[in-house]
Amino acid sequence: MKFDTPAGANPIDRTAVVGRPHDRIDGPLKTTGTAPYAYEHHAEVRNPACGYILGSAIGKGRIGAMDLAEAKTAPGVLAIVTAQDAGKLGKGKFNTAKLLGGPDIDHYHQAIAVVVAETFEQARAAAALIRVDYIRAKGRFDLAEELKTAPLTGNSNGGAPPKEARVGDFEQAFAAAPVTLDATYTTPDQSHMMMEPFASLAAWHGDELTVWTSNQMIDWGRTDLAITLGIPKEKIRFLSPYVGGGFGGKLFLRADAVMAALGARAAKRPVKVAMPRPLMANNSTHRPATVQRIRIGATREGTITAIAHESGSGDLPGGRPETAVNQSKLLYAGANRLTAMRLAVLDLPEGNAMRAPGEAPGMMALEIAIDEMAERLGMDPIAFRVKNDTQVDPEKPERPFSERNLVRCLREGADRFGWARRDPRPGQVRDGRWLIGMGMAAAFRNSSLVPSGARVRLGRDGILVVETDMTDIGTGSYTIIGQTAAEMLGLPLNKVQVRLADSRFPVSAGSGGQFGAASSTSGVYAACLKLREAVAQRLGFNTTDAVFEGGTVKSGNRSADLADATRAGDLTGEDKVEPGDLEKKYQISTFGAHFVEVGVDAYTGVMRVRRMLAVCDAGRILNPKTARSQVIGAMTMGVGGALMEELAVDKRFGFFVNHDLASYEVPVHLDIPHQEVLFLDGTDDKASPMKAKGVGELGLCGVGAAVANAVYNATGVRVRDYPVTLEKHLDRLPGAA
Amino acid sequence: MADLPELDISRRGMLGGGTATVVIAASPVAAAQDKEPMQADPPAPIPLSFEVNGEKRDLTLDSRTTLLDALREHLHLTGTKKGCDHGQCGACTVLVDGVRINSCLTLAVMHQGDRITTIEGLGTPDRLHPMQAAFVQHDGYQCGYCTPGQICSAVAVLDEIGRGVPSYVAADLTERPRMTDIEMRERMSGNICRCGAYSNIAEAMAQVAGERA
Ligand code: FES
Ligand code: FES
Repeated sequence: MKFDTPAGANPIDRTAVVGRPHDRIDGPLKTTGTAPYAYEHHAEVRNPACGYILGSAIGKGRIGAMDLAEAKTAPGVLAIVTAQDAGKLGKGKFNTAKLLGGPDIDHYHQAIAVVVAETFEQARAAAALIRVDYIRAKGRFDLAEELKTAPLTGNSNGGAPPKEARVGDFEQAFAAAPVTLDATYTTPDQSHMMMEPFASLAAWHGDELTVWTSNQMIDWGRTDLAITLGIPKEKIRFLSPYVGGGFGGKLFLRADAVMAALGARAAKRPVKVAMPRPLMANNSTHRPATVQRIRIGATREGTITAIAHESGSGDLPGGRPETAVNQSKLLYAGANRLTAMRLAVLDLPEGNAMRAPGEAPGMMALEIAIDEMAERLGMDPIAFRVKNDTQVDPEKPERPFSERNLVRCLREGADRFGWARRDPRPGQVRDGRWLIGMGMAAAFRNSSLVPSGARVRLGRDGILVVETDMTDIGTGSYTIIGQTAAEMLGLPLNKVQVRLADSRFPVSAGSGGQFGAASSTSGVYAACLKLREAVAQRLGFNTTDAVFEGGTVKSGNRSADLADATRAGDLTGEDKVEPGDLEKKYQISTFGAHFVEVGVDAYTGVMRVRRMLAVCDAGRILNPKTARSQVIGAMTMGVGGALMEELAVDKRFGFFVNHDLASYEVPVHLDIPHQEVLFLDGTDDKASPMKAKGVGELGLCGVGAAVANAVYNATGVRVRDYPVTLEKHLDRLPGAA
Repeated sequence: MADLPELDISRRGMLGGGTATVVIAASPVAAAQDKEPMQADPPAPIPLSFEVNGEKRDLTLDSRTTLLDALREHLHLTGTKKGCDHGQCGACTVLVDGVRINSCLTLAVMHQGDRITTIEGLGTPDRLHPMQAAFVQHDGYQCGYCTPGQICSAVAVLDEIGRGVPSYVAADLTERPRMTDIEMRERMSGNICRCGAYSNIAEAMAQVAGERA
């Protein structure tokens, strides 16, 4: 179905199943360890060999020679594949760097060999016997240095010509403004660090390849694997029934899948490969660091008259910018505007999408700037935001927002959190040795509908089976897809079976960009409409007024059991949702407000988050329980980004130094307090047939700044370089004596 | 060191940071003993028996095999997860004689005769352990990959608090710890959840702790 007019009344509005806080239908499997992840398909493939990846020990240069002799004769070794003997390999369209390096090396820990042996221990030991002769070349590893000469760049889709986006005359308005801010903020490189490492199990049958893997986007991965191996896509079956987290790190084909496929071909055996944790940060992608300059000018009454946001980031040759200026085009009003991005070429590992690419680091900067500006104006930061709210796209005022309840989020959050108790003067509130502060930030993330297909089958056994290549990376896809199908056919959730993430199923949105939930359920909705037609037809009912409810179908004054329709055989429906041009006519975004209370130890500078609240406006919430989990998870990641996460760059040798879970710090239990989430009631009929949008990334956008603003409110020391670690404010803390 | 010219070059290359030919021998020991390749004596497999989830299991294993890989690769008990293989994440948590450990940090052959409980031994999809049921009810997980480790840890933590084992957040080491939120959060902090389900896990644990008390 083409979604080109706002959704009217439809069967989802009944919300007998959709919109309810159902437990996850995959919960009993996940909590008992019986859900099989990529490396665990013992039932499908008995006794695969093990592959171990060797990563490059230099950041830039080439391999002079590789001595495999000793490794090849090591116990249990079945095959070793390097770029020299892998045959001609292509590069996937979503990959910036090639996944098997050599002789040229593009980045540190780029895979240069896979050793296949009978056991993991043997493969690992043999990999350590490979002797590599590297010729190191000079690389560009210093973002600040390279940004000095970096050119302007367009958006990440590469479509727009590199240019600044301007409205009015920013410079003039900024110069004329009585109250101004001109500040630079930095965000560091960050690592996804999902808990399940990249892993794949590959098995060839003749020229056909089956890969069980851990990937967010089945069709992208399958397509890029075909391109990489130079075989037709149709020869590949690609499956990821369970994905142990991704956060954007598993959007793309990665080295594990390629190495497993090449290793299996060489060893003539199924091969499984898991990427060792210490390789992940440098071998794969990361969120690129940014340097962001923000300038805001306002009247004394707090009306923004000029706003500019310029961001610089770096990536490998052919890579893309971190689009950190996205939200600044849309979040606040202001007659004179400027946004621009610069992209430096770096020889660090590939930068790419991590949860809310663009907005996550962009909001970390913008929402501190807004807090600073409010302080300069002597305004409450909520009042300042409310004053500069806009109901239209500030760059194209003829384009309204489809739904925008930012002000409600701010106000309801303030009430709930007790914002009125905050002392606007920083460094005033003490609780023993703790300096106490409250901070807030707006949340903002765009929402889009992407094509998504599904197939549904109503069996004679009364079970409704849904098949789509959609993935569930912890987002709750299994459950909300089941709820959607149940609602559409008037069945209880336990009559629905959901099968996901197999390339034999219709191509879906996949999990990314906060588009997964609304798009994939809309695809299921479309397929269910087809199935309803088939049911009505078989029963001889009028499709348009048929009501599916409680296992029966009613039309006019006629009624039949749903089971009557399948007596003569199963019925199926298949369709996909395709976006029309509603996104051109309307700006479709999600909104929220984050509130945080912190304590800062007056003597040590240690920061502890004490309370957190998020209020979200994201259209219909398909399942408040799983949606809430998305948001608390994002809030947790936001605390990490605010207070601890940073890939430390070795600028001499070009690699991320802290490349494991001991040294790349992420929040643990004790770092996170009880978290509260409120969803505004509401639907967005222009967003999707489900009238739903996404929340998984919204929950992250703004949290970091809310934490940083709370720390400032506690201490009076403004830190503009993330993460806000204690050595950045320790020497300036108030009243430690 | 004088007889290791390659390593010498390597070190200079590393320190200099400039363009240089760098030879990195993967193992200095192997490089030093070129005449006697390592593979001359592969480690001999070692017979071993222990009890897993109430069942006696006999295995003959490479001495380098961790308890984690013995469970996952040899017994196909893949409920126990490998998140890091380096003792950094807690995904591999199992109970050995009732005490939780990171199974990636211990060799299987060190567990002759031990009684091991994995997530599969706590409950099944049809008969969930109360902690598993509480995790489902409170949505104490998302992707599910850290979850078996969290649940094994959670069960052990309640037991540790019950036994009076002290912790870092104990205000007074002579007093018995109580089932407080902060005690549980501290003790669970070796189990990373990148999906960030902590707040819900705390609620699941509080519920089970409350039912027990
Ligand atoms: S796998 Fe053992 S602690 Fe991470
Ligand atoms: S549920 Fe995904 S890491 Fe914890």
